[in-house]
Amino acid sequence: MGKVYRTHILVCAGTGCVASGSLKVRDKMISEIERHGLKDEVMVASTGCNGFCAAGPITIVHPEGIFYKRLNVDDVPFFIEELLIKGRTVKKHLFTEEQRNEQIPIMNDIGFFKNQVLVVLKNRALIDPDVIDEYIGRDGYLPTSKALLEMTPDQIVEEVLTSGLRGRGGAGFSTGMKWKFCKEAKGEVKYILCNADEGDPGAFMDRSVLESDPHAVLEGMIIGGKAIGAHKGYIYVRAEYPLAIQRLNTAIGQARDYGLLGENIFGSGFDFDIELYYGAGAFVCGEETALMQSIEGKRGMPRPRPPFPAHKGLWAKPTVLNNVETFANIPQIIMRGGAWFASLGTETSKGTKVFALTGDVTNIGLIEVPMGITLRQIVYDIGGGIKNDKGLKAIQIGGPSGGCLPASIIDTPVDYESIVKTGAIVGSGGMVVMDEGNCMVDIAKFFLGFTAEESCGKCTPCRVGTAILLEKLTDISEGRGKDGDIEILETVGRNIISSSLCGLGQTAPNPILTTIRYFRDEYEAHIYDKKCPAKRCKALITFAIDPEKCTGCTLCKRNCPQQCISGEKKMPHTIDQSLCIRCSLCYDSCKFDAITVA
Amino acid sequence: MAKLKIDDLKKIKEKVQGTIAIRDGSHRAKITVHMGTCGIAAGARTILNAFMDEVNRRGVTDVILTTSGCAGLCSKEPMATVEVRGAAPVKYIELDEEKAKRIFADHVMDEKPVIEFALVQGSETTY
Ligand SMILES: Cc1cc2nc3c(=O)[nH]c(=O)nc-3n(C[C@H](O)[C@H](O)[C@H](O)COP(=O)(O)O)c2cc1C
Repeated sequence: MGKVYRTHILVCAGTGCVASGSLKVRDKMISEIERHGLKDEVMVASTGCNGFCAAGPITIVHPEGIFYKRLNVDDVPFFIEELLIKGRTVKKHLFTEEQRNEQIPIMNDIGFFKNQVLVVLKNRALIDPDVIDEYIGRDGYLPTSKALLEMTPDQIVEEVLTSGLRGRGGAGFSTGMKWKFCKEAKGEVKYILCNADEGDPGAFMDRSVLESDPHAVLEGMIIGGKAIGAHKGYIYVRAEYPLAIQRLNTAIGQARDYGLLGENIFGSGFDFDIELYYGAGAFVCGEETALMQSIEGKRGMPRPRPPFPAHKGLWAKPTVLNNVETFANIPQIIMRGGAWFASLGTETSKGTKVFALTGDVTNIGLIEVPMGITLRQIVYDIGGGIKNDKGLKAIQIGGPSGGCLPASIIDTPVDYESIVKTGAIVGSGGMVVMDEGNCMVDIAKFFLGFTAEESCGKCTPCRVGTAILLEKLTDISEGRGKDGDIEILETVGRNIISSSLCGLGQTAPNPILTTIRYFRDEYEAHIYDKKCPAKRCKALITFAIDPEKCTGCTLCKRNCPQQCISGEKKMPHTIDQSLCIRCSLCYDSCKFDAITVA
Repeated sequence: MAKLKIDDLKKIKEKVQGTIAIRDGSHRAKITVHMGTCGIAAGARTILNAFMDEVNRRGVTDVILTTSGCAGLCSKEPMATVEVRGAAPVKYIELDEEKAKRIFADHVMDEKPVIEFALVQGSETTY
């Protein structure tokens, strides 16, 4: 029986909060609590990522479950005194919902948390990821014991098939089918691989799962190993994720100490162990065949399929590769049954999906939602709407393989089929919300810049094609667009899709094709009118000073790095267009709205 | 460390249950000791410690103990509120160590409120 504490103070130790100083906050809390002689009454612990990274450093106080945001080291003495000595809620750090302008103390009353459904992230902010006992306290490793002691490989595969789980790494292939193929493949030696490469710019779903609940992923792999008959697993994790790697190493060490990895697990006669492999961060190494080549010590490049990895994968042995989030779903499918999982979500897309919600939305962070939720619910109910009272323009979903969807189709449900119909993909979970100030040509250019850089070069259409697309987009955004460019983008894009070997090329044109589909007028404005309606593309905008509004305060003149603003004090100023580099500093600094952009 | 058997999972779970229950809301009963300035002055800390001793001594894992500010009735301190899942909360007044022990045994463990120490049943609506 563990010691009982009246209060638990849980400080978030996800990467976001650690960056904003949460570990120092935790240490200061501990020393303040000792100073007040409350060490035996109050427990301080650190947890994995809460997901609401914009509010960090985050602290949650139980049993009430009160959510405190932006609690920095200097706030700690006051906080501890108010909370523990005076027994008050510390109002200063409560979350305020902007639309309602009211403080909301209880974590689960906050819209951001209330509208989420946690399956994969069920342990987030509840357990210390470095303490295996806390994971076991939330029924951890029971699924493994059930799978190893009570189930046959066929029964495990059957349960996963019933659940309808589809891979969360992007393509959405049936996990049960993948396991079934590999189980049936002949071979003494098989492998289970976990894809923790997470290369999409802006995505951090998998990192967060690994940081907040590493054992769930280990369990998923052990159970998968039993299902297909593998005794060895690798986690391919990018080296830029030091905290995730550290937590994984701790988790693997603790699991080995308990005999949950190694020989004869739970006395079942089944052996399984896991090793980490660090990826160097090439996007293409997230592709399954390239990933396997990389583990084999070769240059990471995709190869043609078939043979599929289920028959010939790592070192030409039958192999299953699944994404981090896919594995994290497995323990609960085993414990609660495939039918339970299938009851969440839609007809064809079961369960939940984790998204990294970012961009111009009020509440930025990591969210888990049931499949079938609409984009509107995500942006408004969870995201809290668009920042600074601006209008919604588009939602980018699926990262460099996905697309930009306009505000007009915001009631689209988020499931694999509905999103594919729009021209985007659910993908691995990146979701960027964009307000009116975003230029769609510029966004397409950003993603093409990424894919052109990351193309491995093996397939000519992808290597040369993405470069052509990027060049065309650059021309258009810099005022050199010509009649026929849109058609060239579409034709080249379709050719890359149909003639590339792997998903990188097969999806790289999506950001262009969707922006042309939904925002064609914006491309036309760039090409024919030489205008950027969102006023983003520097070559197509001019800054000017409205003499009516200018008070001659000289602020813009002093800020201008080109020194191209002139004018006497208290007299209207002017900008020398031949020198202006359109850095926008004058516009940003003017207190009288006197700078116009056209 | 010896290899875990399936029974060991249960033991570990029991060991950390008290830690987990307070965080995930899976407790059966909750005791709130009111610790505003008035409560503390009237000896609320002794009451808190008495409850804490009971929890630890009996090894119960489904009871959580917490504190809150002044309950608004400063003249009746020390006070505590006991909430057993599925029943209305009961506010107890003018507590001492002995009363606390009795409340724990009767109300928290056996789910029979100790009427003679109680002020009222029920509570204001709060968050
Ligand atoms: C260019 C490229 C990059 C990819 N990057 C990732 C990645 O970072 N993480 C991931 O899980 N899957 C990634 N995938 C998908 C994998 O190839 C594979 O489909 C997936 O890991 C299978 O797991 P799942 O079925 O559980 O989704 C990528 C695919 C391509 C084509």
